[in-house]
Amino acid sequence: MGGGDSAARLVRPFTLTGGRTRPSRADFTLIATVTAVDPQPDTAARCQPEHTRILRLCTEPVAVAELAARLDLPVSVVVILLCDLLEAGRITVRPPRLVSRTTPDLDLLQKVRDGLGRL
Amino acid sequence: MAGSDSTTDAPPAPDTVKILIAGGFGVGKTTMVGSVSEIVPLRTEEPLTMAGLGVDDLDGIEEKRATTVALDFGRITLSRELVLYLFGTPGQQRFWFMWNDLALGALGAVVLVDVRRPESSFAAIDFFERRRIPFVVGVNGFYGEHPYPAEDIREALAVPEGVKVLLCDARDRESCRDVLIALIDQLIASAVQA
Repeated sequence: MGGGDSAARLVRPFTLTGGRTRPSRADFTLIATVTAVDPQPDTAARCQPEHTRILRLCTEPVAVAELAARLDLPVSVVVILLCDLLEAGRITVRPPRLVSRTTPDLDLLQKVRDGLGRL
Repeated sequence: MAGSDSTTDAPPAPDTVKILIAGGFGVGKTTMVGSVSEIVPLRTEEPLTMAGLGVDDLDGIEEKRATTVALDFGRITLSRELVLYLFGTPGQQRFWFMWNDLALGALGAVVLVDVRRPESSFAAIDFFERRRIPFVVGVNGFYGEHPYPAEDIREALAVPEGVKVLLCDARDRESCRDVLIALIDQLIASAVQA
C-alpha cells in the first residue's frame, strides 16, 4: 500500500497475465460484481495460483475494485485474470446498475435515498 | 449479457452503484469515505500509461516511474439488493481523470472543499461540470469550524444554481451521510423536473 517500490510492482503484476495488458472483454468495470461458480466446472484447464486466489475471494459476490484491493494488484491486472476465469466458466459477472443522465432511474434513486436514510 | 447471474444457487449478486468523492489535496476525501463506509477504506492503485495523456514532456524519461493513481474506496450496503460504493482519490492525483471507468456510470459526486483553500477543488468542479456529472459541494470545516456561511462559499466557487453547497464535517458519520442524501435529493429533484 503506497510503498516506495512502485517500480518493482509495475513489473511484476503483468507477468501474472503473461504480458497481456488489455482485457479480452469489457465486462469488468470497478463495481461489477464477480461470483465463483459453485461447483467449479470439471475441466482439466490449469489454474494459476492467482486465479485460485481470486476464486477463493469471490465465493460470495464481490466487486472488482474490492478484489483488486484484497489481492493488492492493479485493477487492470485483475480484470485480465477475471477474463480468463469467465472464459473458463469459473465465475459469473454482474454489471453495475446502468446510470443514464438522460432518463434517470427514479426508482433506483429512491432506493439509494431510503438506504442512506436508514444509516 | 452472456455469463450473467443465473448459473448458480448462490444468493444473487446485489446491484451496485457508486458515488465519487473528489476535491483538492488533503481536503478530507478518504476521511469522508471512512466515516460512512461499513468497511475500513480499501486502496487500489493503478499504473497509468502516459500514452494518450497529451503529456509531451515525458519524452526521453521512460526510465522514470510511471504514474500511479490511487483510489480509496468504501462500501455501504443499502439493502440486500443494493450496494453503494464510494470512491475517493487520496492525495494530489492530477491523473485520476484518466481513469475513465471511475466517472463512468457514477450516480454523481461530492466535491469536498477546504474553506482555507477552496481553489484546490476548482479542478474537480470543472471536471464534473464539463462532463455533466451531477455533484454537490461539501465544505469541510477545519476541526469542524465553519467561519463562512455556505452562501459565501457558493459565490466564491461560482457553482451554478441547483448545485447544493453544504457545510459538513468529513470526520462525522451523520454529517457525511447527510451530504450523500443531499446529493441524491438533488438528483431526484432534477429527475422530477426533467
